[in-house]
Amino acid sequence: MSPEERVLTGSHFLLGDYACAEGAMAAGCDLFAGYPITPSTETAERLSARLPAVGAIFVQMEDEMASVAALVGGSLAGARTMSATSGPGFSLMMENIGMAAMMEAPCVIVNIQRGAPSTGLPTLVGQADMMQAKWGSHGDYEIIAYSPSSPQECFDYVIKAFNMSDRWRVPVFVMADELIGHMTERVVIPPADQIPRVERKRPRHKPGDPSFLPFLAEDEDLVPPIVHAGEGYRVNYDSLTHDEKGYPATFPEPHDKLVRRLVNKIRLHADQIIEYEEIFLDDADLAVIAYGSTARSARRAVNEARRDGIRVGLLRLICVWPFPENKVRELSNQVKAFVVPELNLGQISREVERFTSLPVIGVNHAGGVMMAPDPILDTIREVAKNA
Amino acid sequence: MPEIKVESHPIDSVFRTERLPHIFCPGCGIGPATHAYAQAILESGIPKDQHACVSGIGCTARVPGYMDVDSYHTTHGRSIPFAMAIALVKPEMEVTVFSGDGDLFGIGGNHFIHAARRNIDINVICINNFNYGMTGGQLGPTTPLGAKASTAPYGNTEPPFNLPYLAAATGAVFVARWTSLHVRQLKEAILRAMEKKGFTFIEVLAPCPVGFGSPNDIGDAIEEVWLYRERCIVDHNAYLPDLELDLRRKDIPFVMGNFVDIERPPFDPLAMMKNQGE
Amino acid sequence: MVTLQTRQPLDVKKISIPRGQLYIIPERCKGCKFCIDFCPLDVLEETSAINAKGYHYPVVAEGKEEACIACQFCSVICPDFAIYVEEITE
Repeated sequence: MSPEERVLTGSHFLLGDYACAEGAMAAGCDLFAGYPITPSTETAERLSARLPAVGAIFVQMEDEMASVAALVGGSLAGARTMSATSGPGFSLMMENIGMAAMMEAPCVIVNIQRGAPSTGLPTLVGQADMMQAKWGSHGDYEIIAYSPSSPQECFDYVIKAFNMSDRWRVPVFVMADELIGHMTERVVIPPADQIPRVERKRPRHKPGDPSFLPFLAEDEDLVPPIVHAGEGYRVNYDSLTHDEKGYPATFPEPHDKLVRRLVNKIRLHADQIIEYEEIFLDDADLAVIAYGSTARSARRAVNEARRDGIRVGLLRLICVWPFPENKVRELSNQVKAFVVPELNLGQISREVERFTSLPVIGVNHAGGVMMAPDPILDTIREVAKNA
Repeated sequence: MPEIKVESHPIDSVFRTERLPHIFCPGCGIGPATHAYAQAILESGIPKDQHACVSGIGCTARVPGYMDVDSYHTTHGRSIPFAMAIALVKPEMEVTVFSGDGDLFGIGGNHFIHAARRNIDINVICINNFNYGMTGGQLGPTTPLGAKASTAPYGNTEPPFNLPYLAAATGAVFVARWTSLHVRQLKEAILRAMEKKGFTFIEVLAPCPVGFGSPNDIGDAIEEVWLYRERCIVDHNAYLPDLELDLRRKDIPFVMGNFVDIERPPFDPLAMMKNQGE
Repeated sequence: MVTLQTRQPLDVKKISIPRGQLYIIPERCKGCKFCIDFCPLDVLEETSAINAKGYHYPVVAEGKEEACIACQFCSVICPDFAIYVEEITE
């Protein structure tokens, strides 16, 4: 198989970070702009070799603000763009993630989470950026965030991230963690013609048509068609709030209208985006909600608890944002309590609490070590006893 | 013949005329510089569809929104990496960053020096009005020593950047400085920058009667422009370290010119691939 | 300074000085006076009339109707693209 091939078809034993890189290659990533940061650096290193070999662009930028500025610029010039980072870099990226949301520029950012806050625990696992993924930049906006639980899912969900980003014109995050990123596991990569690809919505109007309103979303999905640099449309893209022509419109009415549409793009269509896995939930009277590397331990804990006769099930979140609030509401009619293990001090558990009045018990650790099945199992037993 | 009143101007073909008149203050130096840029677009031989104009935030940064080209009003200080990506993805386009002194050299300073170092193929036009105008006249990295600003009521205590020296030192292949008065030379410099491959930089000194002139006892824009008229000299071979601007020292001229025009290989992320044996 | 009256080029009758027709867009003018101040022949002056925003725009001064030599400086210096000159060719 020649190195010029984008899709590394076959069965491989791959590091999670490398699987992210291969997902980007298979998805047709045209530009990677990033900054080295443990534990995501391997993704950049792999792409620094793979992208130029197929004539695509790899640039190591001077910092993460420049990286996302480049992602947005490249995306609006027509490229599929991606970066990879961890907590401290994610914080720096927030400014221009806001710009990506405002300009509706598709882009993918992989966050291999580590111990936080601040410089934190650079080389060890954490899951403490989950709320930041949703609320990190200022203002109201919506994004999509996936949480892979294996290197295989890193591959699959980077591809899905590109497709969903192009489909909905929002930044999409792949919120992995250091355990998954630095784990080596089997990754099966299908043939190139089986890699799904969703293209961006293009305008019906021809370039130069004066009636074209680039930010008018005529379709039910509230996504306007995208135009790229050099295509002759000569559109203004503005980080300021803007009207349907793209011109600055710093007044209350157009501003409210625009921000509502940016948010409703995702909120009103969450059912088309949400993804989760259900294990043993049919007859459960206790539900564990977990994601990422912690979900692997949670699965083991749930299996053990079932052997003990406890009717517990696992809701494994694959798409964390938008949050599957209806599923939580539905489960609340069935179970007596939720257990939410996370390598942070309670982030997704807060989201669960919003949609249920049942007890939500956290199993928390600030990070630095894989969450073992034991604390989760102990909590399940405790809750089951008292329920 | 007396004047004839009309409603359009020959340069209008480059502008989004429904948005004119622009928001800049009477006498603001951004206007003439924009006019020079627009004229350069017309004379560049490159069709409008292949021009892109990128800016950050500030008064100057409002300019791309008025021009009838692919325009991008991005975040404060980040126009250069944004423009770099457009230039990499669409190498046939002529990408110009049109932004202000604070945006490009305050918050954006790091991006400027790396872009110059890499020699990315973009043009950077920096309108230097010596302050952060949009937000009311705060001091910036080019405010002259001793000048007043809204955040320097006793006078600025920081020496300013010498922009042409900085640009040349970090690797720009074309470095020029003109003013809003020297619009003809400015247009020629912009045309040369568009023609060149690599990172080009043009500093344009501009009057800012409201933000800079007013706190510094410069009566109006005309008075500020007359300052340029009286104190500017042209010296293309000037010694770059000596190009500091000092408003107070009447014996030191403002030196204008096209100071640097050299060749360096432009940034190419695939440069090393061509050296790989097949 | 030597004036045209005392020293004339030998071909002064063959070379014709260009003449310009001024065009003004009053509604764009912001009254900055760059054109008035920098015209080399003082062709322009402020009118007492005002545009919709209250600015006095420039007009050709009385007696200067034939003075414009189409140097184009007002055209290129105007920050608001509110004035231009076309050379009159006969």
